[in-house]
Amino acid sequence: MRYPDGVVPAKTPGGRGGPPVAYVNARLLDPASNLDTLGGMVVRSGQVAEIGAHLAAAGALAAAGPAGIETIDCAGMCLAPGLVDMRVQLREPGEEHKETISTASEAAAVGGVTTMVALPNTRPAIDDAALVESVARLARETSLVRVHTYAAVTRGLNGKEMTEFGLLAAAGALGFTDATHAVADPQLLRRALSYARTFGKAIIQHPEEPILSRGAMNEGELSTRLGIPGSPAMAEIIQIERDIRIAELTGGRLHFSNVTTAQGLAAIRNAKARGLHITCDTAPHYFALNEMALSDYRTFAKVSPPLRSEDDRRAVIEALKDGTIDAIASDHSPHDQDSKRLPLAQAAFGTVGLETLLPIVLELVHNKQLGLLAALAKVTSAPASLLGLKEGRLAKGLAADFVVFDPAAPWKIEAKSLQSKSKNSAFDDRLVQGRVLRTVAAGIPIHIAS
Amino acid sequence: MSQNVFPVGRLRLRHLLGIEGLSAEEITLLLDLSESYVEQNRARGGKSSLLRGRTIINLFFENSTRTRTSFELAGKRLGGDVVNMSAEVSSIKKGETLMDTAVTMNAMLPDVLIVRHPDSGAVKLLSEKVDCAVINAGDGTHEHPTQALLDALAIRRHKKRLQGLLVAICGDILHSRVARSNIHLLATMGARVRVVGPPTLMPTAIARMGVEVFHDMRKGLEGVDIVMMLRLQTERMQGNFVPSVREYFRHYGLDYEKLSVAKPDALIMHPGPMNRGVEIDSEVADDVDRSLIREQVEMGVAVRMACLDLLTRNLVSNTGGAT
Repeated sequence: MRYPDGVVPAKTPGGRGGPPVAYVNARLLDPASNLDTLGGMVVRSGQVAEIGAHLAAAGALAAAGPAGIETIDCAGMCLAPGLVDMRVQLREPGEEHKETISTASEAAAVGGVTTMVALPNTRPAIDDAALVESVARLARETSLVRVHTYAAVTRGLNGKEMTEFGLLAAAGALGFTDATHAVADPQLLRRALSYARTFGKAIIQHPEEPILSRGAMNEGELSTRLGIPGSPAMAEIIQIERDIRIAELTGGRLHFSNVTTAQGLAAIRNAKARGLHITCDTAPHYFALNEMALSDYRTFAKVSPPLRSEDDRRAVIEALKDGTIDAIASDHSPHDQDSKRLPLAQAAFGTVGLETLLPIVLELVHNKQLGLLAALAKVTSAPASLLGLKEGRLAKGLAADFVVFDPAAPWKIEAKSLQSKSKNSAFDDRLVQGRVLRTVAAGIPIHIAS
Repeated sequence: MSQNVFPVGRLRLRHLLGIEGLSAEEITLLLDLSESYVEQNRARGGKSSLLRGRTIINLFFENSTRTRTSFELAGKRLGGDVVNMSAEVSSIKKGETLMDTAVTMNAMLPDVLIVRHPDSGAVKLLSEKVDCAVINAGDGTHEHPTQALLDALAIRRHKKRLQGLLVAICGDILHSRVARSNIHLLATMGARVRVVGPPTLMPTAIARMGVEVFHDMRKGLEGVDIVMMLRLQTERMQGNFVPSVREYFRHYGLDYEKLSVAKPDALIMHPGPMNRGVEIDSEVADDVDRSLIREQVEMGVAVRMACLDLLTRNLVSNTGGAT
């Protein structure tokens, strides 16, 4: 990780080799340990040195720690693990005009995200151990937050020849996915699931049958009215049901990303009940928006899989509540104007999401659909444990990656004010509640709200 | 200031992008005005000077002879200056984006842009970037409003009404912008609409647009006042929608046998160009007592004159502008 401009860690309170710092008077929230209490946290040399209710006030601190320690009063605001975003498209290498690791990390910092997991659909695709290492090096040099990457299931994402899972895993790949396309060949998926098992990794599958899902939006009344070719919900259900059976055949670990349909979720719920190693995530737009966002041919709401019906949107919320959906990822997909200011059928799929992940997830809390800890778990400890990461938790000895936020502060999302290099937000003009006040990675503040 | 007060004899719109959203009053206004232009054209009254000094650009991203010519004639009969641009001769083929084209066109300060584009929604996107009035001359499989207006005018002249008529729209509904515009218009005017065609050429949610769906033409045509045939859009076909032309004609081609279940005075329409022997039998198409096909073309010019007339009344560039 790089440091923000002008920051020298040894001179920065909390930084490696620097003086300690205490965050006091904070509402500590750690989903992994079910902690929700007023307290404080001491950060020393990039790590959590002490945490708990006993550190709530600066006075208590004086008794516990060395005299003269710098304290930051959080004024009762929430202090939670930095978000772990398990699905981000970085566009570097190859499409740096849309986003770079550096600009994505700046957006992440603003959004309270301290760990990003990158999809391998860059140019070239991340299908070789040398490329995994090159992303890691770029991240070390240019990113404000932690970056991990998945590797491709098939070479060049061609859907035909498997990549070197063993070498890729050894180089640091967290799992295998062909990103925005499902592995369609059932024989190949079967072998990939079996083989990935050897290395303890999951196959992460886009949940749409590729031929049935060639439309530009959800198939239904609106697509009929707009005269836009649709992708039916059934394209997702078919892929999920088939892949669950293949996973069953192999005993492998299968994770579906961006699940959007009531029946697809029902199939996953059922598979989990049968004890299969099936997990899944969804993205904020699938529980906060429905297909009506595309009326008026709004290309910023064109995502893959498409925004679905209102019934499906509600089913996604139910599945978040009952645990069928394990995690929420932003599915950050930056696109420049030229890729989006096009007729709907020609426009690129995707929305940026790093900076809007937290407030949209907090809508679930404000709408009383999830408790605060349960909602935060979906973007911190849950994705981290799915991927075998230590991040996403607040505990003594772990890296001090955290976010301080005001859960109630109202603001309006304005695409043009986003940090991301691309401004294609499906949430432009949305009124939300919940604002990041400070993001800290390895003890160093990387974002402080002005 | 109230937004609802609008002068009589005016559309509430700056552009004509579709029929969806037009009120029955607005449609009637357009049809009544079109009617007067039919008379004026038949009287060969010569060129009007209504649009003198107005520039109209026909911007066609898709091949069309009849619609483009019809708009061109309409503009010229009203005394406007009409320029034709097609994708072949413009820079679109050289990779210019739609938005660039919009900006370029706008800089030429036209009063009306008439646009046809192969993508649904493209005309609306373009209209957001220009200061002039925009008429949709067909966008993808979305809408073709002037076709629906001319169809309605032809029907109204023969049946003296639209309210209560039973209209069957037959054939390739899936790829048809004409069908969508007609469904909106006829439903708004109180007609009952049936769509008839093979399920593979029917959008899945078409029933939600307020139509009755038939896959058997002999049932679908039962008791109808109007049979509106659609062109089988073979150029848009990419998959196995229908196995063969001969099978299609057998089940969905309009011939006297299938027509026999319609009302005895049922009229036949087709937006053209026809595929004779594919969706319509030649004898039926040429039946002077029942076919409105030739008259539809005549109505087209009158309707487009009415659209140009009404939209130019709303131009912001008018002195003492209307909006």
